[in-house]
Amino acid sequence: MSNFEYASAPESKAIANIANSYGLFIGGKFVDPRKGKSFETINPATEEVLSKIGYADKLDVDLAVKSARTAFTKVWSKTPAKERGKYLYRIARILQERAREFSVVETLDNGKPIRESRDTDIPLAAAHFFYHAGWADKLEYAGFGNKPKPVGVVGQIIPWNFPLLMLAWKIAPALAAGNTVVLKPAETTPLTALLFAQVCQQAGLPEGVVNIITGDGITGAALVNHPDINKVAFTGSTEVGKAIARSISATNKSATLELGGKAANLVFEDAAIDEAVEGIVNGIFFNQGHVCCAGSRLLVQENVADEILEKLKARMSLIRVGDPMDKNTDLGAINSKEQLKRIHEIAKSGDAEGANRWSPECKLPSKGFWYPPTIFTGVSQSHRIAREEIFGPVLSVLTFRTPAEGIEKANNTMYGLSAGIWSDKGAKILWAAKQLKAGVIWSNTFNKFDPASPFGGYKESGWGREGGRHGLSGYLKSDVKASK
Amino acid sequence: MIIDGSESSLKKFLAELSPVDQVGAEARAAMLATRSIKTTSKAWAIDTAISMIDLTTLEGADSPGKVKALCAKAVRPDPTDLTVPSVGAICVYNDMVKIARSELDAIGGKDIPVAAVATAFPSGRASIAVKKIDTKDALDAGANEIDMVIDRGAFLSGQLGEVFEEIKTIKEICGNKAHLKVILETGELVTYDNVRKASYLAMLAGADFIKTSTGKVAPAATAPVVLVMLEAVRDYFALTGSRIGVKPAGGIRTTKDAIKQLVLVNETAGSEWLKPSLFRIGASALLNDLLMQRMKLRTGHYAGANYVTVD
Repeated sequence: MSNFEYASAPESKAIANIANSYGLFIGGKFVDPRKGKSFETINPATEEVLSKIGYADKLDVDLAVKSARTAFTKVWSKTPAKERGKYLYRIARILQERAREFSVVETLDNGKPIRESRDTDIPLAAAHFFYHAGWADKLEYAGFGNKPKPVGVVGQIIPWNFPLLMLAWKIAPALAAGNTVVLKPAETTPLTALLFAQVCQQAGLPEGVVNIITGDGITGAALVNHPDINKVAFTGSTEVGKAIARSISATNKSATLELGGKAANLVFEDAAIDEAVEGIVNGIFFNQGHVCCAGSRLLVQENVADEILEKLKARMSLIRVGDPMDKNTDLGAINSKEQLKRIHEIAKSGDAEGANRWSPECKLPSKGFWYPPTIFTGVSQSHRIAREEIFGPVLSVLTFRTPAEGIEKANNTMYGLSAGIWSDKGAKILWAAKQLKAGVIWSNTFNKFDPASPFGGYKESGWGREGGRHGLSGYLKSDVKASK
Repeated sequence: MIIDGSESSLKKFLAELSPVDQVGAEARAAMLATRSIKTTSKAWAIDTAISMIDLTTLEGADSPGKVKALCAKAVRPDPTDLTVPSVGAICVYNDMVKIARSELDAIGGKDIPVAAVATAFPSGRASIAVKKIDTKDALDAGANEIDMVIDRGAFLSGQLGEVFEEIKTIKEICGNKAHLKVILETGELVTYDNVRKASYLAMLAGADFIKTSTGKVAPAATAPVVLVMLEAVRDYFALTGSRIGVKPAGGIRTTKDAIKQLVLVNETAGSEWLKPSLFRIGASALLNDLLMQRMKLRTGHYAGANYVTVD
């Protein structure tokens, strides 16, 4: 061996303990769907079936909402805030204790590298419960007036890119504020949510406070349109977000929507080049680019573009693509056949519209869904790959000549979820951050998340914020909103 | 030539280097530390690390007996297992060079170079005349490699030309007789920007190797410091076509530490650097831990501390 080849270092599957089938979690118990329908969830890295999942239709959704309503009126709204906090602390601790098991299940069901589920998803999910546990008995001091009230029963729909983390973003603040929930995980990644249902049982959470129903878009629509929910919290595509906004427009339901993005990552000439290259890689290849706030549009100042691209290509050649269960894997599997098709389709439009595609040499596994890390250079603002969210490991590279032009191009999008600024000059960073129209702006870093920090978008990237005091306010009835 | 030799061109070149973002560099080093090196790759890494060790003793109490014992260890690190490779070099003070050289030659270690720490090691606080004599003395005694220290005081006070000239002078004395390793003493330079600047300065002045530390100042060879130096040699190669070596020294005591260093090399400068002619690890205690881990891989169980030799 002349080169330093890393021998495979797989995490053990044995700890996962996935059941052959799962029912719906309603009223604190796993129950079979009324009509007995089910669907399969697979491991996208191998296409092996992991488990059979109960399919919730309208009747099941109704039962789940009723269970949440009963729990809200009879139990949860009467539970002292301090006690609510204790449950959340208990859940957070159990998540930490079972972190390894959750990481393995997340990686098997989602296709993301075990390093990311182990080091990012699961620890952050626990952190969200810890953070919000602390708020439960302090809501009166959070700036929402004297007696902020929960909104009631919340219908929550989460995506497949960070299954447990998105669940935590939704359930932790809802419960801390005194609401009960019906949550629907994504069709392709239901397992960690069902494992979380077991955690609720383990924590002794009162029956019906958390209900988890599994299914597809029809299940989701039934939940959104159920007359007895008070709020919808959704993370997913802008298209579905718009449909939700339409369907609740004539109701009293409120909504938090976390939708798409096409974030600009702006690299100025005075940036720390090596660290900027790391940030670009982290911005677009983290979680296979299945990140709504991914830095999918790289805007580089023209006079450093060649140097950046050369270093970026060298760095991309080091990305280890393959078995997500291997602890040394950097880029895992695409979550579904459908998503892979979509990535192929938009990337092909890049070829057709005249952009130049580049990928490092990498051997993709024969089974499962895979896409190599890819960059397009020579991209212009009018190309589809510069405007549409690809949600995959595909980066569009554009250049700018002056800072003002960089900002103008960065803001020239229908989205506004996140942005990155790379410069060694403090004054330039502050100036740029003021000009950028995005909910989250990172400087000299990317994809950093913290439960105390509000997250959300401008324009078609969504309504409302999640995390921090701003996120809590979406789960409370109050005339006083958190100041921005 | 990238610079014309004048202090102003040197300063201009160093000033135009891209800055290092501290948070980003530390995050990258921390990420690479999570690489999981197992089974066959661990076995390869352990033997590679052994062959890269500059087995070092730099104590006031060093004696001929101590140095000879070290030489024996360098040639045959594990007397019970002759498949263990010899180490990369022996590193001693000037007055021990002759003893080390003749001992190595006598016991089958002709190919193992002897490195001497010259130029008023470790502080470097002496006149250039003394440093020159110090270097010549080491060469006359048979040193194959010179580990010199830079004048950190001059570097920190902005006298970059002085630091440059000093390295150049020592390099001229070394000529073809010895490799020159330039010790930056990164623990005293403190910032990563300084580490990057000093790395380039040393390479431009003729260093064959850039080395983190004397081992007498903490912190020494931290992962982010080594990362920044590896980036420097990688980019210097792109600029000039010549490959300069890197030697972390100080604080690398366990097999895990050593493997992390090899991962840093592999994913920063590249696998080209994974050989003793371009990467060395300055250490003393590390060797025994590597030997114990090697036994563990072979036999499946941990040996006690008395199954490796204490020298």
